[in-house]
Amino acid sequence: MLVIVNGERTEIAANDLRGLLGELDYTGTHVAIAVNYQVVPRALWADTALNNGDQIEIITPRQGG
Amino acid sequence: MAEMVTFYSKQFSSRLLIGTALYRSPAIMQQAIRAAGAQIVTVSLRREAAGGRIGSAFWDLIRELGVTVLPNTAGCRSVREAVTTAQLARELFDTPWIKLEVIGDDETLQPDVVGLVEAAAILIKDGFEVFPYCTEDLTVALRLRDAGCLVIMPWASPIGSARGIVNRDALKLMRARLPELTLVVDAGLGAPSHAADALELGYDAVLLNTAIAKAGDPVAMANAFRLAVVGGRIAYESGLMGARDFASPSTPVVGTPFWHALP
Repeated sequence: MLVIVNGERTEIAANDLRGLLGELDYTGTHVAIAVNYQVVPRALWADTALNNGDQIEIITPRQGG
Repeated sequence: MAEMVTFYSKQFSSRLLIGTALYRSPAIMQQAIRAAGAQIVTVSLRREAAGGRIGSAFWDLIRELGVTVLPNTAGCRSVREAVTTAQLARELFDTPWIKLEVIGDDETLQPDVVGLVEAAAILIKDGFEVFPYCTEDLTVALRLRDAGCLVIMPWASPIGSARGIVNRDALKLMRARLPELTLVVDAGLGAPSHAADALELGYDAVLLNTAIAKAGDPVAMANAFRLAVVGGRIAYESGLMGARDFASPSTPVVGTPFWHALP
């Protein structure tokens, strides 16, 4: 299916969030995720199904003031 | 020894909060944070590229310091972006604290104070402890207090401008009208004297980044800011004299040699 990952159109084979993270090599990183502006807690990643056109933000700590 | 400062339910001895951006290297950032004696540092959130490990590496550096993390919503330009970013920060850093920024103008990075009050109310209802970055406008500060903010962070001048406190009267008024809140001067401080100025006005703390990170020697500058903040706070607690329009001699007049003598 086609989803938007961090603003980029991305074709994925996975059907859920955990599968997407494995497919795009995010496993083991310190990230938080929102799907369509809704934060998905880490514990729910495996149970979160994705749909065509979903907007996924994968966010990590960064330097800030 | 100056009094402790309270941020929501937590107490700290350091009144200098510093940012983690713009340093020449991660090692200098760590040394500067230590030299500042900072117990609270601000961090941001950004997208992680597929296969990237940048965020995890940075997070390891921060955890080594053993400081309290204050995540921010820097760069957010709408209530929805700011609220979602705050919720992501809570998930990422396991903290209810959020430095809430809603930017209203790209040229000045002036806060969108209307969106700020709205976002603060939403987040406080959701259990957050909000540190709103605002202007010196008293009414905005009152609305933020009414929404449940126990900390308010007005700017001294625009972010990164190094101009120090531009509207002194407004900041004095805010301090006088909100004695029960923790007030932090955030943004625009370019020199240790600016930080001391804020503490002498009775502000509980200062938050800055660029003035330390972009100094010729950031570690020494961090120490200079630490000393200025301590000095400013002790001065405030000691009771500063008021300004006068005319001179008043400090040396006693009585007994001055030749006093009332014939010329």
